[in-house]
Amino acid sequence: MNGRDEDASSRDDGGDRAELRALLSENARHSIADLARLADMDEAAVEATIEELESEGVIRGYQAVVDPSRVEPEPVRALVECNVTLDRETGYDDIAARLVEFPEANSLRLVSGDYDFALEVEGDSMSEVSRFIAEKVAPVPEITQTVTHYIMDTYKERGIEMSDGHEDDRLSVSP
Amino acid sequence: MKLADRVEAVPPSGIRRFFELAEEREDVISLGVGEPDFAAPWSAREAAIDSLERGRTSYTANRGMAELRAAIAAHVDDRYDLQYDPDEEVLVTAGASEALDVAFRALVDPGDRVAVAQPAYVSYVPGVTFAGGEVVDVPTRAAEEFVLTAEALERHGAADAELLVLCYPNNPTGATMSRDELEPVARFAREHDLTVLSDEIYAALTYAGEHASIATLPGMAERTIVFNGFSKAYAMTGLRLGYALGPPAAVTAMNRIHQYSLLSAPTTAQHAALDALEHCGNAVAEMRSQYDRRRRFVLSRFAEMGIDCFEATGAFYAFPESPRADAAAFAEALLEETGVAVVPGGVFGAGGAGHLRVSYATGLADLREAMDRIERFVG
Repeated sequence: MNGRDEDASSRDDGGDRAELRALLSENARHSIADLARLADMDEAAVEATIEELESEGVIRGYQAVVDPSRVEPEPVRALVECNVTLDRETGYDDIAARLVEFPEANSLRLVSGDYDFALEVEGDSMSEVSRFIAEKVAPVPEITQTVTHYIMDTYKERGIEMSDGHEDDRLSVSP
Repeated sequence: MKLADRVEAVPPSGIRRFFELAEEREDVISLGVGEPDFAAPWSAREAAIDSLERGRTSYTANRGMAELRAAIAAHVDDRYDLQYDPDEEVLVTAGASEALDVAFRALVDPGDRVAVAQPAYVSYVPGVTFAGGEVVDVPTRAAEEFVLTAEALERHGAADAELLVLCYPNNPTGATMSRDELEPVARFAREHDLTVLSDEIYAALTYAGEHASIATLPGMAERTIVFNGFSKAYAMTGLRLGYALGPPAAVTAMNRIHQYSLLSAPTTAQHAALDALEHCGNAVAEMRSQYDRRRRFVLSRFAEMGIDCFEATGAFYAFPESPRADAAAFAEALLEETGVAVVPGGVFGAGGAGHLRVSYATGLADLREAMDRIERFVG
């Protein structure tokens, strides 16, 4: 069984926990003071709740959402569809446990449909990414097939749009 | 050219002056905006585009598309357990503002007295005046959290009026009224045979409990016209679409004016509105929760600055007391020295003086920066 599911209470989110989770998902850089104001809690309670969410593994980390096209050199990313074969000894979790160890693997998800895993890989160049897939992913014994899609452009990532956004064209003062 | 006296008698909106001052500057963070900062939900925008692609560019029925009126009636039934006949009791208009204007023109005879609970949206008083009515100012008070009371109605002479105009959740104060608080107002209206015009355009933006409509109180639906629309809840201000709900005779009279002046509300907007009712409930809930967070943020910041502000629980406005007695002078100085635009409460009529309308229909980053600037300015 997957270790993440052992503590059912960690998923029993409601009220303040849900509100803080939502606020941090939107902007992890809110200060404790602002979180307290936004969630109508006191600062100590905010800190305690965040600590709780972190220690229970509900919140796994905080990251910046970077527009890859504005990074020099632009990182190369690929989505890799992976088909796998299972047997009595080897389940999805076992295969996943091997794949997540690679630092090149940005994200790994088990999905429904034509293939099993959606793996996102990042590297400094196309050859680096190709080599990684050919030498590290494809040889995994349970992986029967990979289909690689290089990412050509990113328009939205984790809910954040990469365009410069909509100008506020409202009248500056209105009734 | 000679202008009509009734127009000359109405001064331009006090908002205008602050708009001009704010427009002169580049770096303004405006907390003076009376409309959502969100775009309309994509589903509703797509429905508008789709209607254009299909060539739906004709007039609709005067009262609005039958399907939209049915959807409005169903929405209101679902939400308030109030039944309006889509054929007789629903009028779709170009914004709730048009609905109010035709209501004044349909219901007010020259010299009729119209009680207007204030501070209030800037169009009620001019609307009554253009229709030839006489406005009876009924100020509400900060000490009563800007709730309208039967005592205030009595004290300010509303008993002799023909009509009562109220707006909750309120622009500019953000005040809301519970069912219990509406009850004495309803009783007053029944006792003195007042027709009630209830502007509920901000109904969906109620943060403490459910919005209560005065039309749901006993004996009130038959004497109340409810105004609502898509501008605030669905962030569709520019599409100009609202509606009125009321007894058949009143709606028919309003439609008589509407059919001659507008013919029908904008067709594209009606298609967007139909989609909004059918598919955008989640988007409204999401915007509402964003506003609620900002509301808590703004109220906490004012409390920390020592600025007196009652707990506004509706719309997207806070209405703090001005740190200086002359709110207009304060607002001007604040704009000049910090680039933060707020609107002095006095422009919203009786009871508004000495306060500031602070709109939190602005992204959190700007809101935070504006609050920091205000804090430095008053500190």
